[in-house]
Amino acid sequence: MPMRNLRPSQQGLYDPMNEHDNCGIGFVANIKGKKSYEIITRGLEVLSNMEHRGARGADNVSGDGAGILMQVPHSYYKKLGIKLPLPGKYGTGLLFLPQDETEEKFCIEVLIQILEEEGLEFLQLRDVPTDTNAIGEIARQSEPVIKQIFVGGNYEQDDLERRLYLARKQAESYVRATKMKEKGMFYIPSLSSKVLVYKGMFASDQLGPYYGDLQDSRMESAIAMVHSRFSTNTFPSWDLAQPFRIVAHNGEINTIKGNRLWMQARESLLKSEMYGEDIKKLFPVVEPNKSDSASFDNVLEFLFLTGRSLPHALSMMVPESWNEKNPIPDSLKAFYEYHSTFMEPWDGPASLVFSDGRYIGGTLDRNGLRPSRYVITQDDMIVMGSEVGIQQFKAEEIKEKGRLKPGKLLLVDTQLGIIIPDQEVKSQLTYRNPYQNWLKENRLDLKAIPVEKRVPSDIGDQFEICKTTFGYSKEDFERVILPMASAGQEPVGSMGNDSPIPALSPKPQLLFNYFRQLFAQVTNPPIDSIRENLVMDLTNYIGAVQKNLLDETPQHCKLIRFKSPLITNTDLGKIKKLRHEEFRHASIDTLFKAAENGKGLEDALDSLCQLAEKAVDDNKNYIILTDRNVSKSMAPIPVLLATAAVHHHLIKKRKRMQIGLVVETAEAREVNHFALLIAYGASVINPYMSYAVIDRLVKDGRLSLEYKTARKNYIKAVDKGLLKVMSKMGISTIGSYLGAQIYEALGVSKEVVDKYFTGTSSRIDGVGLKEISEEILCHHTKAFSEQDPFENQDLLNSNGSIHYRKNGEPHSWNPQSIGLLQWSTRTNNYAKFKEYSTIVDQETREPNFLRGYFDFKKNPIDVSEVESAEKIMKRFCTGAMSYGSISKEAHEALAIAMNKIGGRSNTGEGGENSKRFYSSARSSIKQIASGRFGVNTEYLVNADELQIKVAQGAKPGEGGQLPGFKVDKIIAKLRNSTPGITLISPPPHHDIYSIEDLAQLIYDLKNVNPTACVSVKLVSENGVGTVAAGVAKANADLIVISGAEGGTGASPLSSIKNTGLPVELGLAEAQQTLVLNDLRGRIKLQTDGQLKTGRDIVSMALLGAEEFGFATSALVVLGCVMMRKCHLNTCPVGIATQNKELREKFLGRSEWLVNFFTFLAEDCREIMAELGIRKFDDLVGRSDLLVKRRDIKKWKAETIDVQNLFHLPETDGHELNGVNATIKSIGEVLDHDLIKQAEKALHDGEKVWIDKKITNTDRTTGAMLSGKVAALKPKRVLDEDTIHCRFRGSAGQSFGAFLEKGITFKLEGDSNDYIGKGLSGGKIIVNPPVKSKFKPEHQIIIGNTALYGATSGEVYFRGMAGERFCVRNSGAKAVVEGVGDHGCEYMTGGRVVILGSTGRNFAAGMSGGIAYVLNMEGRLDYFCNQSLVALEPVGNLEDIHELQEMIHQHLMLTQSSVASKILTHWEEYLPHFVKVIPYEYKKVLEEKKLRKIHRKLKKAQAQTQVHE
Amino acid sequence: MGNPKGFLEIKRKEAGYRPVRDRIGDFGEVEQTLNLEDRIDQASRCMDCGIPFCHWACPTSSKIPEWQDAVYRENWEEASSILHSTNSFPEFTGRVCPAPCEKSCVLALHNAPVTIRENEASIIEKAFEYGYIKAQAPKKRTGKKIAVIGSGPAGLSVADLLNKAGHSVTVYEKDDAIGGLLRYGIPDFKLDKHVIDRRLEIFIEEGIVFKTNQDVGVEVSFADLEKEYDAICLAIGAMKPRDLQIKGRELEGVHFAMDFLKQQNKVVRGDEFSKEERISAKGKNMVVIGGGDTGSDCVGTSIRQKAKSVLQIELLPKPPEERKENNPWPYWPDTLRTSSSHLEGCKRRWAISSKEFKGENGELKGLVVCQIEWSRDKNGQFKMTEIPGSEEIIEADLVLLAMGFVHPVHEGLVKELGLDLDPKGNIKTNNNGQTSNAKIFCSGDATSGASLVVRAIDSGRKTALSIHQFLEK
Repeated sequence: MPMRNLRPSQQGLYDPMNEHDNCGIGFVANIKGKKSYEIITRGLEVLSNMEHRGARGADNVSGDGAGILMQVPHSYYKKLGIKLPLPGKYGTGLLFLPQDETEEKFCIEVLIQILEEEGLEFLQLRDVPTDTNAIGEIARQSEPVIKQIFVGGNYEQDDLERRLYLARKQAESYVRATKMKEKGMFYIPSLSSKVLVYKGMFASDQLGPYYGDLQDSRMESAIAMVHSRFSTNTFPSWDLAQPFRIVAHNGEINTIKGNRLWMQARESLLKSEMYGEDIKKLFPVVEPNKSDSASFDNVLEFLFLTGRSLPHALSMMVPESWNEKNPIPDSLKAFYEYHSTFMEPWDGPASLVFSDGRYIGGTLDRNGLRPSRYVITQDDMIVMGSEVGIQQFKAEEIKEKGRLKPGKLLLVDTQLGIIIPDQEVKSQLTYRNPYQNWLKENRLDLKAIPVEKRVPSDIGDQFEICKTTFGYSKEDFERVILPMASAGQEPVGSMGNDSPIPALSPKPQLLFNYFRQLFAQVTNPPIDSIRENLVMDLTNYIGAVQKNLLDETPQHCKLIRFKSPLITNTDLGKIKKLRHEEFRHASIDTLFKAAENGKGLEDALDSLCQLAEKAVDDNKNYIILTDRNVSKSMAPIPVLLATAAVHHHLIKKRKRMQIGLVVETAEAREVNHFALLIAYGASVINPYMSYAVIDRLVKDGRLSLEYKTARKNYIKAVDKGLLKVMSKMGISTIGSYLGAQIYEALGVSKEVVDKYFTGTSSRIDGVGLKEISEEILCHHTKAFSEQDPFENQDLLNSNGSIHYRKNGEPHSWNPQSIGLLQWSTRTNNYAKFKEYSTIVDQETREPNFLRGYFDFKKNPIDVSEVESAEKIMKRFCTGAMSYGSISKEAHEALAIAMNKIGGRSNTGEGGENSKRFYSSARSSIKQIASGRFGVNTEYLVNADELQIKVAQGAKPGEGGQLPGFKVDKIIAKLRNSTPGITLISPPPHHDIYSIEDLAQLIYDLKNVNPTACVSVKLVSENGVGTVAAGVAKANADLIVISGAEGGTGASPLSSIKNTGLPVELGLAEAQQTLVLNDLRGRIKLQTDGQLKTGRDIVSMALLGAEEFGFATSALVVLGCVMMRKCHLNTCPVGIATQNKELREKFLGRSEWLVNFFTFLAEDCREIMAELGIRKFDDLVGRSDLLVKRRDIKKWKAETIDVQNLFHLPETDGHELNGVNATIKSIGEVLDHDLIKQAEKALHDGEKVWIDKKITNTDRTTGAMLSGKVAALKPKRVLDEDTIHCRFRGSAGQSFGAFLEKGITFKLEGDSNDYIGKGLSGGKIIVNPPVKSKFKPEHQIIIGNTALYGATSGEVYFRGMAGERFCVRNSGAKAVVEGVGDHGCEYMTGGRVVILGSTGRNFAAGMSGGIAYVLNMEGRLDYFCNQSLVALEPVGNLEDIHELQEMIHQHLMLTQSSVASKILTHWEEYLPHFVKVIPYEYKKVLEEKKLRKIHRKLKKAQAQTQVHE
Repeated sequence: MGNPKGFLEIKRKEAGYRPVRDRIGDFGEVEQTLNLEDRIDQASRCMDCGIPFCHWACPTSSKIPEWQDAVYRENWEEASSILHSTNSFPEFTGRVCPAPCEKSCVLALHNAPVTIRENEASIIEKAFEYGYIKAQAPKKRTGKKIAVIGSGPAGLSVADLLNKAGHSVTVYEKDDAIGGLLRYGIPDFKLDKHVIDRRLEIFIEEGIVFKTNQDVGVEVSFADLEKEYDAICLAIGAMKPRDLQIKGRELEGVHFAMDFLKQQNKVVRGDEFSKEERISAKGKNMVVIGGGDTGSDCVGTSIRQKAKSVLQIELLPKPPEERKENNPWPYWPDTLRTSSSHLEGCKRRWAISSKEFKGENGELKGLVVCQIEWSRDKNGQFKMTEIPGSEEIIEADLVLLAMGFVHPVHEGLVKELGLDLDPKGNIKTNNNGQTSNAKIFCSGDATSGASLVVRAIDSGRKTALSIHQFLEK
């Protein structure tokens, strides 16, 4: 018998915990509850039509999972002749069982026994007909035995459901606890009297064929809920296919780690009258080792079966946003606030469909990032799914079309036969209890508690002691706290981080610095916490005694509310003083005996945990951990360690829910410190030393503000920073961020992490308590001894962690390395270069980098046998640096050099002057970043590589911005914006919220330019390997793994230092995961991040990279001297500046770069010769040639273990490098035919007319045709309307993407997301079919994110659009009859006319262009985000004409009745139009006008003079 | 950093020298000072570089951007304290340092570095003016005693730090006043001697004991010192001048530069010398052999003594005015340097080899020289060849030999102690500045050969730390 191919366990750097999945979901139902087989087949069709949203594994057949949930088909069983009790009196479900017969039998026996114990009767087992041939090899290897069980129970139906639930949970726990070989195969997809789930490891079109039942037309159901999975891996996972028992989920729960821990912590407090003692049988509520969606389902099911309704439970777990920017009733806000005090949101992008057999519905999370569209037909059918068009109906059959809105529910009651709108569902919830009153009477607001006594910020003599003990450096004062307190902003830095990670630093470091923030990439989107702050919230609570989740009492909200996690000394004083019996606290010192070092620290932690536990036992409501009492004998425990230790200890003891954690500390000062404390359990923090420093800065005159204002600024900066840290991971509220542990430990020993930071990953081992305490004692001892005259210390030590100092932190870019590199490349002196590389390699081996631990296995050959430098240089690229961030001179020098050596330069995200496309300064990599600046069709077709920048090393998970002062005329032109106006790149790509979205964008790009290789740039973090596997499955050709240390240009300091991982980890993880999945052979890997020498390149090649990127080093060659001033536009060497005077100082020459890359290649060759490798390809992935150095005996560095980096997965014959990595094709598309039919137009510019049917599986229609049109440039440009296409049907995603000038698309029907993406001059018209019966202006006609990054062209939509209409539009004109949330977001140009309502947050981040909105309800001022824009009446004549003309066009092209009404009643409607115009844009326009007038005036004057 | 655009808005402005006509009439300091506003502007030009190359190039690792910022904020006390954290004598380096920092300043890429040295000088002057420089005797004495032999910049630097660390320090000087080369090597027009006295007063107040006219090995026996002190530091400089043994060397009118300079320093102080003792350039045709700093000092001094003509000759070829390709920023530039003295009316010639002193009646009358050419031999070594027929006689009544120093004086102390020497004749030390005699440390030029004041100061700091650690054991 062959080995069962079960999911691989954690190995090397691969960790199954990191797996992600994204998907397509949908349902079909008959609203009136009429059962039929048609519903099931339609459900299966829906699945097939979403095939492109799922993925297939390396065998190209195995899918990632698909499934269907339906009502129990009682009549079918009757027809099959199965004897059963009446419907509702028995339960049934499929069983996935081990292949091993004994184990199979055992599982069944266990289940039957437990069923009987729960008072249920085992009726029978049925063999489920399946067809193994319908599935792929990988799926087959892990195919379970599938049986169906029938269980009788003569109870009231809800009681029966609870018993079935109890039995199922116990059976699961029981089997899990056994030592069975194949226990992982035992799984019960569902066990219910109401619903039945069929699922498995299928591609979406394999579900039906596999299960014989589903093909039997005798089956019937009124409900079919389906799900198709896109997993990042293709490991066997029948159980992880969806739907689960109640929900199917598209998205990702970002806070899952915290949610699971809190759920675990809650279990001890759960009491239910319904279950009594039985409730313990349900524990653990969350099944271990399952996906986030599965955990979500577990908890939802638990809440549902313990008595809450589905809408209620969902509103608790996925509450909509309810801060002041949201238009919902106060009673509902109170409902949400009340529930938020005892259930944190399950936060992350989520589109959920759910059903209990009677109700079926869907909901979106507060951000609403996943599309959900629905259609209701005249005969009561409702079809909902990720896309429109998954079911086809005749125009006249359709009654209504709509979409789910962020935070809103859609609920169908098939029993009553009605659809219950969100408002009604929610208002019913608010009537359950007097939540508003409960809150008013119980919840205290911190600000409302009266001050008894002010606590001063001045800490007197303790100041000097704290300053030294907690290692405050001059940089902390001046580069961190000062800018925060003066400007309320997080400080900004430049040029990445070239210092060693804390564990490798020769200096003592704060424990905070060892933790790296995780961030969202690809599988879920980061949030824009600034522009989309309506979903963000920092409100938090502490102190409660009653935390039974299953109950609702006024006491639940007996809490103190904090608007921000940072509190002042006086505020802390207030809560210390509270004598109320429900607000009692215990203060615990977080100190250890300095004399006892590591042992002392461990003992102190133990006793700290004991004291905390005792506080809970003594019924205290919160614990204050404090380091105020530091003394000569007592040193401070790192506050992070203390907090995490207490938090985890209490969770383990099931005592965490009873108590709030407050931290009073001198150690925390930066945003990342606070973010860490909260991520590890602290609710509220009082950073008294930061306040003391601010006080000092004010008194010394360094801050010319009042102390109070400065402190306010500081807190504001921290708040903003916290929102950003959360949003990087896609988390909206601090309630769900609390305890979510969104961090990886880097260089902390496994013992410390497992014990005190349980659940955090730490992969290279590292410092233990001994080293940690030594680090503290270094500082602590100093604080209590005389000042040492030999320390070169003035008032404050500058430790050189940001700026180089001779005796400070090592920096790998230092005067010597820069001096020698510039010297050697300018004089073409290889000997000097060797001096450089020798020094740099020596420093690397200090070790300053993880690769410094590597030695190579040698087997020398003569260097002449090694392949040529020319060949090696083809593997070199320059990093993405936009023209805009760097000067034209520098940008072009890079391009010219790379073209000379056959490498590739990367144009970055700022576009490129089209003249360069056809010259030697062409950048062959064209980047597509979230801002889509300058991304048009011509740009895309003139590339060899199209790079999707998902994240960048210096600030992964964040957007960027080009400050207005850098945007000169030329840059503005390239980016289609206005000079002087700040340009914002959103944190997420608004067309990549998930992996299937990325696949879609890749598909788009491959359509536009089928010959270019498509690459995806990721940043090294824990789990990047898994993401890379997903990206490979999404059909990318190349993956770039960027190290977090790299990065040029400006970024927030905390992001430079604390986000992302060293490149070695990410690269090795990606390599290992890709090999494990057998995906490595079909993709290439590139890497970058502080690569400087041949040795660096070879090290990376051995870890798996075949191409290499250089940014900083290339800039250094061109003259960069690491000023770290990119953010100030004052680069004195003319690189990172647009200042004319400074640009003149640029001396760099492309020849120098050619020298540099030649030297690098030669350096590589010499090392390859030592290794005995002739061809570079033979180097790639050979981690077996790496050996760990044994001679590193340095303090902290000795504790690091890099063995995991060398791990080679045991696979048979999986490729180690991209041998088969050819540019992947996209297969057949509609455009092939369009191009054929448009030949005359392409050839001679003749007009052509084309007519086609279209469905939702026809994606990216028009892009390939546009690519052909753009390729005619610069010689030929088509006239308007040359190619005229008419389509009928529901168009797939990205309809008309990158449509070029000269092409007109007219669609009769509707379309999905991303219509007109990157529109480049084309015209799109969408109309409902003529026979439609609904009112078009009230129906949704196009999907979300329409016209994303459009640069020019026109569109007319007769109907409403979804969310983010015209996001980042920079030049297109659009008319539409209504839009969802975030309309015109980040728009920088163009004109938008909206003849209907707008959703929330209209015009957020809009810095250019004009929107005219018909504001009939008069509420635009509320719905509009007015931080950048002004709302004005449409008064001036030019505007009126423009508006009129656009509406007129709309009428002509779409026959819109709204347009007709408006135009015929113009006088009546005009006053209702509002002109939305950005302030800055307005100013620029006015200046332009003034200049024009001046010019005319001058001309006129000149003329009069002539006349005289 | 005060003003991120300072360097764009403000041009480099040097204080400059007093007018030549005016300054050659006296021995007062030639350098002028800027007004306060200009000085602050100059400090604002500092860009607070991510890598401060100035700081890297400075032998004492002065935290230049940090104190520039303090100056910009007009916090002279803070600026002074930052300066002192790496250098006990900013008043010396602020005046006489050739400022490697400025050569490596990023703004030097475009030839307009921050006026780092001048800014340093003004900080320390302001600090004295405002009374920020006060004696700060150590709170506790360790009871350890250290003797420092030699009171030049290295010796003083050692003494200061060890004293601050609580040890009891006695400085022995063989001359009649403290300061070594600072006092008797550098002319007053570059370093006014009250600048040294001002610092010494503070040191005395802080508890350092100075003993002058104490030639150890002569007046004081070394054995006694060894008995009395826990550690001894030699900071005796590299005082052995390089000689020129050519025909006529014995003629009256050929002197070592240092004898000449020292005497003038004493004259300025008010000492008097007999006609026979006096070495004066007054009314003479005078030639300085050697193109370095000492030579330049001789030029300035001779001009002030009203020499008839002054010529400075140098064996090496004339350096380029601009950096050569193989001598790039941020490294020390081997370019032509012109001091204030050069501007006061002297001729300079390069690639000149001296062949013979010509004299009459035992008195110098001329110098025979010839033009030479430098080339590289096949091993890449420089070698010189005479240009045939280029011989000439230069009229000369006074020739000063300023060709550098070879090593410390061996006679006396060094020989007596039998310390190991390195191949160049300098006192051999390990990385900690310890000589072959564990209790004896050596610092400054005596161990490294003649070099800059700022290097001596830094060497002193390092040696002090080693001694401190030695004593702590």
